[in-house]
Amino acid sequence: MKISHKLGMIALVAVTATVLGACGSKQTSDTKGKTDPKHSVALVTDGGGVDDKSFNQSGWEGLEKWGKKHDLVKGVGGYNYAQSNSDADFTPNINKLIQAKYAMIVGTGYKLVSAITKASKANPDTKFLIIDDVVNRKNVASVTFKDNEGAFLAGVAAAKTTKTNKVGFVGGMHSEVIDRFEAGFRQGVATVNPKIEVDIQYVGDFSKPAIGQSLASAMFNNNVDVIYHAAGGSGAGVFSAAKNVIKSKKVWVIGVDQDQTAEGKYSGGNLTLTSTIKGVGTAINKVADAAMDGKFPGGKTTVYGLKENGVSLVKGNMSADAWKSVQEYKQQIIDGKITVAEKPADLK
Amino acid sequence: MRIKNTWISGLGIPLTSIFLGLLVGAIIMLLSGFDPISNYVNMFTGALGSANAIGEVLRSATPLMLTALGFAVANYAGFFNIGLAGQALVGWLASVAFANAFPGLPSILIIPGALIVAALAGAFWSGLAGYFRAYFGANEVITTIMLNYIALYATNAIVKAYMTVGDGDYSKMIPKAARLRTPFLEQLTQNSTFHYGIILSVLAVFFIAWLLKKTTLGFEIRAVGMSEDASRYAGMSPKRTIMASMLISGALCGLGGAMEGLGNFQNIIVNTALPSIGFDGMSVALLAAGSPIGILFAALLFGTLSIGGLNISIAATTPPEITSIVVASIIFFVGANYIIRYWFAKLRKPAKPTASTPVPPAATDTKEVHS
Repeated sequence: MKISHKLGMIALVAVTATVLGACGSKQTSDTKGKTDPKHSVALVTDGGGVDDKSFNQSGWEGLEKWGKKHDLVKGVGGYNYAQSNSDADFTPNINKLIQAKYAMIVGTGYKLVSAITKASKANPDTKFLIIDDVVNRKNVASVTFKDNEGAFLAGVAAAKTTKTNKVGFVGGMHSEVIDRFEAGFRQGVATVNPKIEVDIQYVGDFSKPAIGQSLASAMFNNNVDVIYHAAGGSGAGVFSAAKNVIKSKKVWVIGVDQDQTAEGKYSGGNLTLTSTIKGVGTAINKVADAAMDGKFPGGKTTVYGLKENGVSLVKGNMSADAWKSVQEYKQQIIDGKITVAEKPADLK
Repeated sequence: MRIKNTWISGLGIPLTSIFLGLLVGAIIMLLSGFDPISNYVNMFTGALGSANAIGEVLRSATPLMLTALGFAVANYAGFFNIGLAGQALVGWLASVAFANAFPGLPSILIIPGALIVAALAGAFWSGLAGYFRAYFGANEVITTIMLNYIALYATNAIVKAYMTVGDGDYSKMIPKAARLRTPFLEQLTQNSTFHYGIILSVLAVFFIAWLLKKTTLGFEIRAVGMSEDASRYAGMSPKRTIMASMLISGALCGLGGAMEGLGNFQNIIVNTALPSIGFDGMSVALLAAGSPIGILFAALLFGTLSIGGLNISIAATTPPEITSIVVASIIFFVGANYIIRYWFAKLRKPAKPTASTPVPPAATDTKEVHS
């Protein structure tokens, strides 16, 4: 009796599963587009998903656009991404993509540099693209960004907007790349008005919004009224902190890597002053196109700055006056009249 | 409820758990509109379908066996060691620091040296918590959690200050002589990260099994875990035993960290979070119910799921989030195997619910009573 009862339960579960199976299997056909294994491209994230509202997301959106442009299918033979849940996933992900016969593999972020270096040695016929770092091998193209130039303009925007003469910077982790953001931002602020104080804080992590929020709250309490964040996912906390403070006083946040206007929406308006844009997607798009035309820039490093339109600053909610001087400084940087420092240590 | 350790409960329970987990995972995938069968096929081919995949599975199981053994040893003494991750991290740092400090040594010296230093570092870290627990009664859950954070940020600071190359956030690679990954293994497994550390892990499994079952120390550890007072009355020293189990536990975790340092990464990175081998090791140990041999298989299962899981979203368009949910539900059922044990026990011998037996709600179901 007992046993048959249990068996009945198991049978019930099995039937349910089958019924659900019948319903579900209709939806799996999203094979739009064609496959082109010789030009297929896959991206490996540097931690977290492609919805980080920042670096990985802009890379993936660029790749998606590219795939749609060439009418490729999402998946093997077309374009796709592999998510790294920790640094230990880099190599397995890359190897699995190689086994799936992707022609080009993109590593978004400097953290992937050693995994890409190794894989490129072992797989000379696969093309690689590394973003934000340089690998000197024939089958690896490298793309770096002059983030410091975009950050300089963010500094100008902050300096032209602050009423308290105190601005803040929240970085993700101390590293070569984030150093460029810090150096550029500080130089931009100081160029407009050397008397403005810049409060510099680091989260120590790219995916801890809670820490970003507490750092930003402390800054706002300390009379800072504009914060620029270069903290990836942790930057979400800076926006939350600003939304808490905005009820009592006017504050602004400057977004990073992507236009983060949507993050700054609150009931009374929008508190995203502007965002520095990093053309990760554009860069991936260009390299993938070049590979398709047989002109893959292997062994070369392409540097994207203001001049190449690889980094930029959107107008956002800046005043006309601030926007005007941003434009002026931008032209001076493009003309080479201003050189933007890459390291905080190089600032006076 | 006592469960007889027959082959049915020994093998049947974990297998049923895995089956139920796969079933729930399948339902989740169906509800989200993905084909579970092809995804599971992708998962298993991704984990076992090539030499490379098998190499990766073994590599990811290697440190898990050590941290899981570490958890089990401490747990037998009644010590809930949540500090596995921190102890592994200091071991990782110590192994890489040692290897980089003596680049000229031959393999025969540098590898054992780095392993010993890693074990000592891990043992020191867990020993702190063990000391406070044994002599001051400090709650080890709190101390080991806090020591995890101290380990994370202290190792990051040390790596940044003394070990990184230029402005990077990783140390330089360890000398070739210290590497557990060799060109031969890479050739054998199509460039996977498989390394010789697995030998150490398997040896450790048998060593700990022997230690717990056949030695006086092992007996004392288990006795203290069952009742501190009774074992004191029997003339044992609970303090000494807690310290010993905690030192062994930390040493094993330190070795687990060394597997990452000498094998998987071959350097140390600035970690943004505690290494996952800590908490995964805990799950492995709990899944194996503390049995060292069970840990061997549970670690392999974890490796299979994590490496195979990566393949689901690479071979198909199923998003990685769905994969994570599916893998988590498998582990959930495997971890919640008490439910299945309970069913098995009822199947074998219709038990009468008594006042002293905890009765799950299902047993009070009227159908159950009348059937």
